[in-house]
Amino acid sequence: MVCWDPRIEEMPREDLQRMQYKLLKTLVYRLYSFSPFYHDRMKEQNVHPDDIRQLSDVKKLPFMFKRDLRDNYPDKIFAAPKEELVRYHVSSGTTGKPTVVGYTQNDLNTWTTSLARALTSSGLGRGDVIQVSYGYGLFTGGLGLHYGAERIGATVLPTSVGNTERQIELMQDLGATAIACTPSYLLHIGEVAEKMGINIKKDTELRTGILGAEPWTEGMRVRIENWLGIKAYDIYGTSELSGPMFTECTEQKGFHIWSDIALVEIIDPKTEEPLEAGEKGELTITILQKEALPMIRYRIGDITCMQTDTCACGRTHPRIQRIQGRVDDMLIIRGINVFPSQIEYGLMAIPEVGQHFQIVVDRKGALDDLLVRVELTRDSFSDKINDIMQVRKNVEHRLRSSLNVNVNVELVEPGSLPRFEGKSKKVIDKRSL
Amino acid sequence: MDAKKYVIRQISIFSENRPGRLAAIAHALGEEKINILAFSIAEANGFGVVRALVDHPEKAHDKLQSLGFNIAFTEVIAVKMKDQPGGLYEVAKILGDAGINIEYSYAYSGKDGAVLILRVDQIEDAIIRILDSGATLLERSVFH
Repeated sequence: MVCWDPRIEEMPREDLQRMQYKLLKTLVYRLYSFSPFYHDRMKEQNVHPDDIRQLSDVKKLPFMFKRDLRDNYPDKIFAAPKEELVRYHVSSGTTGKPTVVGYTQNDLNTWTTSLARALTSSGLGRGDVIQVSYGYGLFTGGLGLHYGAERIGATVLPTSVGNTERQIELMQDLGATAIACTPSYLLHIGEVAEKMGINIKKDTELRTGILGAEPWTEGMRVRIENWLGIKAYDIYGTSELSGPMFTECTEQKGFHIWSDIALVEIIDPKTEEPLEAGEKGELTITILQKEALPMIRYRIGDITCMQTDTCACGRTHPRIQRIQGRVDDMLIIRGINVFPSQIEYGLMAIPEVGQHFQIVVDRKGALDDLLVRVELTRDSFSDKINDIMQVRKNVEHRLRSSLNVNVNVELVEPGSLPRFEGKSKKVIDKRSL
Repeated sequence: MDAKKYVIRQISIFSENRPGRLAAIAHALGEEKINILAFSIAEANGFGVVRALVDHPEKAHDKLQSLGFNIAFTEVIAVKMKDQPGGLYEVAKILGDAGINIEYSYAYSGKDGAVLILRVDQIEDAIIRILDSGATLLERSVFH
């Protein structure tokens, strides 16, 4: 195993926690003294920096939410003087009004360090050609990966999103060994390559995918890895934390969250109490080293769980598991909680249907109606109506038993569902229209 | 006897049940100057299967597949019928007496008489029994 910074990455957990406590204490004092926003928040919560006497006292601090950034648009809670800022990013706004994130030079360095460790842990380094097919610009994905990849000495191919055929030509001609993009865009690239007569597995050097920025499942990973002949690693981060920051190591057992950069808590979204390692709940992150836009106990809205044992790779930093859903993506169908990721997981087990799907929720009379539209794959069509009906029945049965709610399935022609190059919008909820 | 010369290649196309899908298929075939000799649509809940006998099945297959359609070849046979009252009965009786089960069927009537297109499970066996019973099967070369 190769570490970017072995001293930190293999540091015993007690030492890491001691470091986290010092960083937290410093952060809280600084914000209480210099940031009107955090000062008021702490007053409201009736907590003073002196109340932070050990690491677990973090739970005395107030939470932050996305709405705090929206309500203070564009930069009212920035804690660094304007002339210290070296960059802005603006969130994609898929869940509402856009939010603005600012960075000092130190913030960019921390972000890049985080990704340098992460990409190294995913087996990348000098000699790799990393195609960055995340959007460059206001979105954090493109530029974030770009600097991280350069830092580890890899060669960056900054293709950004779109013009897929050209992306595939360049991937082939310049021998890209890794690609960073959304999993749905990689599937799209795979399909377009097939149409061009290019087999990614045989005709390219590609062996690693750094995939994220949208929810995906273990089943989808297996499918991508087998189909394209690569190792697919999940990447995690949001613009509020800086951008994409953490990836899976080669063990593929969750993201290492660098303890000197971020303090992770998993809480029960209802009681707001911290949960034990291994328990599923809402991810809450405090970024310990951030100057322009400090985030304390930020509730991203992602559902996951945390593992604190030392990873087989030797890194001591805790891991969070693949994101299993979003607190606000959760659909309530006839009173039952349904996550789109569960539907994706169910579909992956059925070879007769493709990777793309669409969820349509409607109300029939007084009852919620859940329709899943999915593509019938080419190889599974045989002229017999009964066979097709059987495929549909299998899909319905599988989804029904895993979701505990009645599902109608509609089989559609291959290639007919919308493909997304950025974050995919797979749910149409007609109830709220 | 060479039963194979009576086996005809039908194209079957998976289609969503919504306006314009048949037009899209027909337009593609027209563009390639492919003539449709017989066709039917089978309808199920939410989707359909379009089945057709065309003069150039390979060309039709490649064209429709390149447009993203789900398309398959299926083997069928064609029995000649008298184009007059009782014509279908004569053929249907032969099939029934010979113990041949029909999965699906469609028919057309042209200037050379009427024809019944049949999809059966044991196609070679069916060909032998139909010929033994005195009915006339159309050869593949009539279509393509």
